[in-house]
Amino acid sequence: MATYTPTSPIDRVGGGHEPPVPPAGGSDDRRGNDGPDYGARLRRARLGLICGIFTVCMVFISLTSAYVVRQGLPTFDGASNSYVRDWGRVDMPWLLMAMNTAVLLVSSVTMELARRNAARQAALAPVKSIPGVSLGSENSFPWLGITVVLGLAFLAGQWLAWSELHARGFFVNTNPNSSFVFLLTIAHAVHLAGGMIALLWAGSASLLHKPVEARRIAVDVTAWYWHFMAVLWIYVFALLGFAR
Amino acid sequence: MVAMENPHAHAPQGFIRKYIFSLDHKVIGIQYFFLALTAVFVGMFLSLLMRIHLAWPSASVPLFGEIKPETYLALLTMHGTIMVFFVLTTAPQGGFGNYFLPIQIGAPDMAFPVLNMLSFWTTFVGFVVILAAFFVTGGAPLHGWTGYAPLSALPSAGPGEQLGADLWITSIAIFCVASLMGALNFITTTLDLRAKGMTMMRMPLTVWSWFITAILGLLAFGVLLSAGILLLMDRNLGTSFYVPLVVVNGQVMGHKGGSPLLWQHLFWFFGHPEVYIAILPGMGVASQVLSTFSRKPIFGYRAMVYAMLSIGFFGFMVWGHHMFMSGMSPYSAFAFSILTMCIGVPSAIKTFNWLGTMWKGRIRFQTPMLYAIGFVSLFVSGGLSGPFLAQPVLDIQLHDTYFVVGHFHLIMGVAAIFGMFAATYYWFPKMFGRMMNETWGKVHFFLTLAGTYAIFMPMHYLGLAGGTRRYSQYTEVAYLAKLQPLHVFMTYAAIITIAAQLIFVINLFWSMFKGPKASDNPWEATTLEWTTSTPPPHDNFGGVTPVVNHGPYEYGVPGAAKDYVMQTDPVSVATH
Repeated sequence: MATYTPTSPIDRVGGGHEPPVPPAGGSDDRRGNDGPDYGARLRRARLGLICGIFTVCMVFISLTSAYVVRQGLPTFDGASNSYVRDWGRVDMPWLLMAMNTAVLLVSSVTMELARRNAARQAALAPVKSIPGVSLGSENSFPWLGITVVLGLAFLAGQWLAWSELHARGFFVNTNPNSSFVFLLTIAHAVHLAGGMIALLWAGSASLLHKPVEARRIAVDVTAWYWHFMAVLWIYVFALLGFAR
Repeated sequence: MVAMENPHAHAPQGFIRKYIFSLDHKVIGIQYFFLALTAVFVGMFLSLLMRIHLAWPSASVPLFGEIKPETYLALLTMHGTIMVFFVLTTAPQGGFGNYFLPIQIGAPDMAFPVLNMLSFWTTFVGFVVILAAFFVTGGAPLHGWTGYAPLSALPSAGPGEQLGADLWITSIAIFCVASLMGALNFITTTLDLRAKGMTMMRMPLTVWSWFITAILGLLAFGVLLSAGILLLMDRNLGTSFYVPLVVVNGQVMGHKGGSPLLWQHLFWFFGHPEVYIAILPGMGVASQVLSTFSRKPIFGYRAMVYAMLSIGFFGFMVWGHHMFMSGMSPYSAFAFSILTMCIGVPSAIKTFNWLGTMWKGRIRFQTPMLYAIGFVSLFVSGGLSGPFLAQPVLDIQLHDTYFVVGHFHLIMGVAAIFGMFAATYYWFPKMFGRMMNETWGKVHFFLTLAGTYAIFMPMHYLGLAGGTRRYSQYTEVAYLAKLQPLHVFMTYAAIITIAAQLIFVINLFWSMFKGPKASDNPWEATTLEWTTSTPPPHDNFGGVTPVVNHGPYEYGVPGAAKDYVMQTDPVSVATH
């Protein structure tokens, strides 16, 4: 006869009452993404975003690893019949890239203001729905729209930086250094373009008159992603600047 | 159970929304299952062609005629890639994980249903792209599933290394994106959508295995994606990440300074966790089935959880053992060797606990149980050769031989496939509402078990005798020609084993339509999927949310009316 070992604690004594069931995974409302529990949906969306950020981090960690390894590799030089470093140099348009950095950082600030604005509106929504209660007309500043403009300005600035590199004679295959400059900046730009799509999605939630709480979730998640993009750009900028 | 209005209760009615672009995790799970089933038959067909060629090198085979060395390498590459990505990664996680993870934790669906659908269709596109490599000029690539540079990085290196190789890399990149979306969804669902009372330590071990697999995928596929992008750049943009100064067919290539070892490091940083991505869900299923059919609680539930966590943790620290031949520092090799040996500890714990679960159990030898036992057998047989290969000194001798082919096919390939078979026979009633034929299931099991051992055990002897791998023909080399009878034997075994899979397919489709109707809980199991109707309704629990009061493996409960307590049974059920 098999012996019984419970795999989790059970009230074996009995006594007519059931012990409290431990809640797990957050609230009790398990309604998936369509449910109206916005608190749970916000938490879920943020959790998904954290996972997504881990993924992007792994991409850039592996690219950094390749950067460091490739930088230290010697290559055989037929002319001198010896091993030499072929990392090469790149004349970066630092001023332009610094301006781009400033634009992205400002956009991160405007995005945060948009996020806080959306959170405030979501918090006030239940009060506004009470009959007879009015908080007056609230014309919120279009922080989201400004962020979109600044994001586009950053991408345009990056385009100018790549054009400037071409003008200075540096292409993706000029030397390993230039390969990584293009690779890292374009990889960041692609991820930021994803953030732009998310911004437009968050903006469309407002245009489509979705519930204010739904808008808040869209703006909130996009904002955290946007902040991450700013931090990631600082990292890329520092890597290219200090680990040449 | 708590009654509640559930927005998932209303299923979409149109054919397209219901069966093609469905957001229902169950439909998506079945889509993954059939995609993997298609892929496994493609992969198996390629392996059959290879085996026929190895046994009878001058034989003409269907579609390819007499196989040239480059054709053999193309078959090798595509077999490995399709099997690893589109079968071993797709079916256990995408198929069964998608279908059963939400139900087993009491959720109405995955956390992000749209992302789930996108994940499947992205995988599908990846599969189509890799198949397209067969039909382009030059055909499929030659560089093996590991895609070692510089062969994979130079379009002029061989006939399949032109567009075929680009398609191969693109397919892998697409697959990475799909897997990342899936991993994100699995992790969020597990952490955030568990039913009331479903604590982490009440989760079935299948859920733990899918959860840990998703974490591995989240951390590993991004690295492969990066590596693939660098490879595409080397091939198409003239960069030199992986390619040193090389001469191909007397022509100096335009690259210089790159390192083929950089690719190997990045690839194996993904590649070794990939082994566990393939096998961990099988471990979860084996645990689930062994407990259910032994009518005993799983032996050492917490130890099983911690063992899987440690396997996942160590899985990221041992990639270098695939590179002992690369001339790495002996100190690095020593570190990788020790860390690899460490994985033996949690693996042994798991094996001990599986045996402990069966010990003195009232075992029901039904088909799922046979496959779970087969999984344990193959896991041990394939796993025992791992510590040999973990020794750098031995690995240098064995690395490029059939010993390695036998090892990884048993541990990563066939064991994982047995996990999938166990899962199919076990969950088929819940998925399709009917029972599979037991007799034919057992015939399928014994033929497959004997067949796989007959194919892969001789490979170990072949490798120890110096039988090199990746060669398309052994008859022209004197010392290898003596081993040819073993190749012929393995080919006969492969033909019989592959033919036996037709029994499975016929049983699967026949049972789907003609099998006897299944009850809601035909195996008298305890986890949440058996508390709902068969097959489950659109919202999984028919408008109610389960409340969990028990652990997942409470069999043989003293004082209970039945020999098992379901997770949703009232607490008092175990006290009468």
